[in-house]
Amino acid sequence: MEIIKRGAEAEIYLSEWHGRDVVVKRRVKKGYRIREIDERIRETRTKKEAILMISARKAGVSVPIIYDIRLDEKEIVMQYLKGERIKDVIDYKNEGWQRKICGEIGRNIAKLHSEGIIHGDITTSNMIWMNGKLYFIDFGLGMRSKENESRGVDLHLLMEAFNAAHKNGKFFQWVMEAYEKNFEESEEVKRKVEEIKRRGRYMRKVT
Amino acid sequence: MICLGIEGTAHTIGIGIVEKKGNKCNILANLSRMYVPEKGGIHPREAANHHAKNFPTLLKETLEKSGVGKDEIDLISFSMGPGLGPCLRTAATAARTLSLMLDLPIIGVNHCIAHLEIGRALTGCHDPVLLYVSGGNTQVIAFMEGKYRVFGETLDIGIGNCIDKFGREIGLGFPAGPKIEKMAEKGEKYVELPYSVKGMDVSFSGILTACINLIGKEKKEDLCYSLQETCFSMLAEVAERAMAHTEKEEILLGGGVACNKRLQEMIGVMAEERGGKFFVPPAEFLVDNGAMIAWTGLLMYESGVRMNIEETKVRQNYRTDEVEIKWR
Repeated sequence: MEIIKRGAEAEIYLSEWHGRDVVVKRRVKKGYRIREIDERIRETRTKKEAILMISARKAGVSVPIIYDIRLDEKEIVMQYLKGERIKDVIDYKNEGWQRKICGEIGRNIAKLHSEGIIHGDITTSNMIWMNGKLYFIDFGLGMRSKENESRGVDLHLLMEAFNAAHKNGKFFQWVMEAYEKNFEESEEVKRKVEEIKRRGRYMRKVT
Repeated sequence: MICLGIEGTAHTIGIGIVEKKGNKCNILANLSRMYVPEKGGIHPREAANHHAKNFPTLLKETLEKSGVGKDEIDLISFSMGPGLGPCLRTAATAARTLSLMLDLPIIGVNHCIAHLEIGRALTGCHDPVLLYVSGGNTQVIAFMEGKYRVFGETLDIGIGNCIDKFGREIGLGFPAGPKIEKMAEKGEKYVELPYSVKGMDVSFSGILTACINLIGKEKKEDLCYSLQETCFSMLAEVAERAMAHTEKEEILLGGGVACNKRLQEMIGVMAEERGGKFFVPPAEFLVDNGAMIAWTGLLMYESGVRMNIEETKVRQNYRTDEVEIKWR
């Protein structure tokens, strides 16, 4: 069992499921909380994340296929996307490709937001490019909301990710152009992003 | 350099006299008086009257205890906010009076930042995430790019406020925290309550309502236990998330609710499980106190911050992330 990522609440490992290569996301036990709370939180969040991924797929956004949900283990078994992280490739491509990908990102976020889905952790590390298609992964911090505040926070995080990890200052602008074209309520969301920027609350080191 | 700091944001009037030698923090004296309402919660005007009435004798006692003469003090600092208007104004007036009388410079300090700085000075941590939990405030704070930024906070009431209000409903006086902690130790059954974490933010009002609605249906001890376990689990979770998010390895506790042994235990376990380090200053410096205001005043002054009397207007909604941090 090879753990490929360890977050604050879950770990991701590679495995096999009926002959397929899969990744498994497991929400780990926390020793600080009593069993009753720990069990309940991990179970409801595992369910919630799976449901959110299914909703994203229904909205027309590519996400990993879910093969199995093991509630006893608090695990989601899903497709292993053997592609490239946008974070690792975007800087090395030509401008035409970069514009196309940023447009894809903006269109997909517009789809999520108009269906009331907030991803919660949109960074270029959580986007995979595989077989000419853009996939979104890790809905662990996601939620359902149609509030412009939540949408603004979502986009603001992507802006921060672009600023921290990528030199080209145009990327976020291109994302927003596509977002605006594909989402009617984008004006208000754009204002929110500016407001959130001034608050300086969601800053982080983006890796 | 020696600073006299005055704390007066809520129910406590505190005076601290602190000396800064290099980076060393010497607490020369740290005394306080707490306003306890006869019934119900804190009444801002009555609290302010309490502070005004107690200030002169408290000042005399603090000076005596410190062994420092008035002429040896170099700086006056006070809590400029956030807090209750009448209380803030009382402390500020006292500070301005001393500054003018003794002809000393004056500095207004952000109360939340003072909690963090005194913790750093006394526990030896360097770059922590602070979980600041008191009656009115619940924030997860960390230093990034020149400011102390709020990474998570309560979306409604403070954790202490939640606990005190529940305590009042079951007939415990103010402050109810320590009594609830005792009762929770006798709790045997976990009663399911809502659990409300949104990203790195928390919310307590729904839990409070749910818990109040269960009074009479469940044993008081079980409710105290369940309330503590639920709320503190949420706090540990957002603290952990902030540590992962900012890539910091130290977690520091501050605020009156941090005196709670169960909360300390949980944060300790959380830190241990992720290979981090846990720090908590002595209880005297967890609750509101003058020493933290004095120490932060010294840090600010030495980094070049200056204020005129005209600039010492109190700010009830003074935000943590508004302050330029020049001393780090």
